[in-house]
Amino acid sequence: MPRQALAGSRIRERRTAAGLRQVDLARRVGISASYLNLIEHNRRNVGAALLRKIAEALKVDPAALTEGAGATLLAGLREAATSTVAAGTPAHDAPELDRIEEFVGRFPGWAGLLARLQGRVGHLERSVEMLGDRLAHDPTLSAALHDILSAVTALRSTAAILAEDGEIEPEWRARFHANLEDESVRLAEGAGALVSYLDTPRRRELGAVPPQEAFEGWLEARGYHLVDCEGAACPDPEALAPELPAAARRLAATYARRYSEDAAALPMPELLAALAEVGPDPGILAQRFGLPLPLVFRRLAALPPGRGDGAEPDPGTPGRIGLVACDGSGALIFRKPAEGFVLPRFGSGCPLWPLYQALARPVTPIRVPLETVGRGQRRFHGYAYCQPSYPGGFGSPPVVEAWMLILPDDGPPTTPAQAVGSSCRICARSACPARREPSILGDEG
Amino acid sequence: MGKHVLLIEDEPNIIEAIRFILTRDGWRVSAHSDGADAMAAIRGARPDVVVLDVMLPGRSGFEVLQELRADPGMAALPVLMLTAKGQDRDREQAARLGATRFMTKPFANTEILDAVRSLALGAA
Repeated sequence: MPRQALAGSRIRERRTAAGLRQVDLARRVGISASYLNLIEHNRRNVGAALLRKIAEALKVDPAALTEGAGATLLAGLREAATSTVAAGTPAHDAPELDRIEEFVGRFPGWAGLLARLQGRVGHLERSVEMLGDRLAHDPTLSAALHDILSAVTALRSTAAILAEDGEIEPEWRARFHANLEDESVRLAEGAGALVSYLDTPRRRELGAVPPQEAFEGWLEARGYHLVDCEGAACPDPEALAPELPAAARRLAATYARRYSEDAAALPMPELLAALAEVGPDPGILAQRFGLPLPLVFRRLAALPPGRGDGAEPDPGTPGRIGLVACDGSGALIFRKPAEGFVLPRFGSGCPLWPLYQALARPVTPIRVPLETVGRGQRRFHGYAYCQPSYPGGFGSPPVVEAWMLILPDDGPPTTPAQAVGSSCRICARSACPARREPSILGDEG
Repeated sequence: MGKHVLLIEDEPNIIEAIRFILTRDGWRVSAHSDGADAMAAIRGARPDVVVLDVMLPGRSGFEVLQELRADPGMAALPVLMLTAKGQDRDREQAARLGATRFMTKPFANTEILDAVRSLALGAA
């Protein structure tokens, strides 16, 4: 998890906006002006106590100094550092992870480029994997190869008989000549079919974004709110995203169909009215409307943008509500990040997420106070619920989906919270009982 | 009368070439083209050597081999398995299931001749 999303830059921004001089702010919080200068240029980390003092002096919420879009960028850079630096790289050649914020602060453009390149590398790696899988398992390809190999085997054997054996009865000779003709035609056709199969239709897949990501990007661009699917029935789910490639378009259509069913069951005006009255607790809302929890989760994650974005964002602000879902294998099938709660771009999430507890205890609502790992700690409530369905009726295999709604917890810390990360690789929590792979970040602190 | 080779293979032109090569060498060759009833064909023909292709319609050569090795009467029958070139996994599986010898397609005519001859000697 990101530790401090460029607190320094934000302090500088807020100080300038407040019309304070560096030296005045430094005096108020009891540090030297030159130290504050280093902090503002992201060259020194700010401890929690000092951050609170600075926030007080600037009359802002301490969270306002540490949160922001920088979190995703930092996570991307950390990922780049893990996945591309070979084990055993000498320390002086390794990226300076402890100065990552300074890097982002001083060279935001280069940092962004690096993070985007990392994303691109991830796509390409998965494309290569996909192509490898295809070569190994593609039935068309293996049938074509088998055909060609059979033709070559027959050709080679037959040709050798004709070439090496001088005394063949004319009748046999004629038969083998006919077989040669047969097999050479078959080989030519097989080779032609193979070339056109490998050549033509798959160009677009190669460098393209995987369907799940293309779909998620499309959804993100709409703020996770599909205006067309609110109110009356969705016009035509298939025609919603003509710009996406076919596989991603199907994901979007499936999503839109469920979205409009959800919207019909819980129209937005009713949800907004209930939110104003009882707040965003999904359990209370589900009870009030008599609807399944996952449906209420999805509606809360689909609140229209532009709501409550004033000076004091309430927990119901759309950007602050996250939602993830996984299938029975634990693979994430939906992800909407909440501000300050970074989600892994692919692969599974933190094993300590209540999402996975729900998977192990279906049909039990689970709420866990959460705290993100690292110094820029943020608190959330994770609401998780898992609902198996049996599309084939009795005796059919269950199809399991678990959902987790992530709501920011703005209240004072009352109960101890479960520390959770994004995914093990970029998580700083060293003594984690659930860790599945080593982290690059070293110890927390 | 020469020794008997049963060739289980579904490509007619490969059958014809192998049949010609082995017949010239003094073998009696019969062929069967379907995996599903290959066991019945082997039981009926009682050959000295079986040449068994992996890719067969109806049932794979692996399954035929497995059933054959489970039959005490035929556990020692020499089997020459034909696998595709480069398919190391096929080869490993054939070895595990008890193939006596392998050959990869495409093969030279002398290779198959040598293989069948040495299998028959080993079995004698």
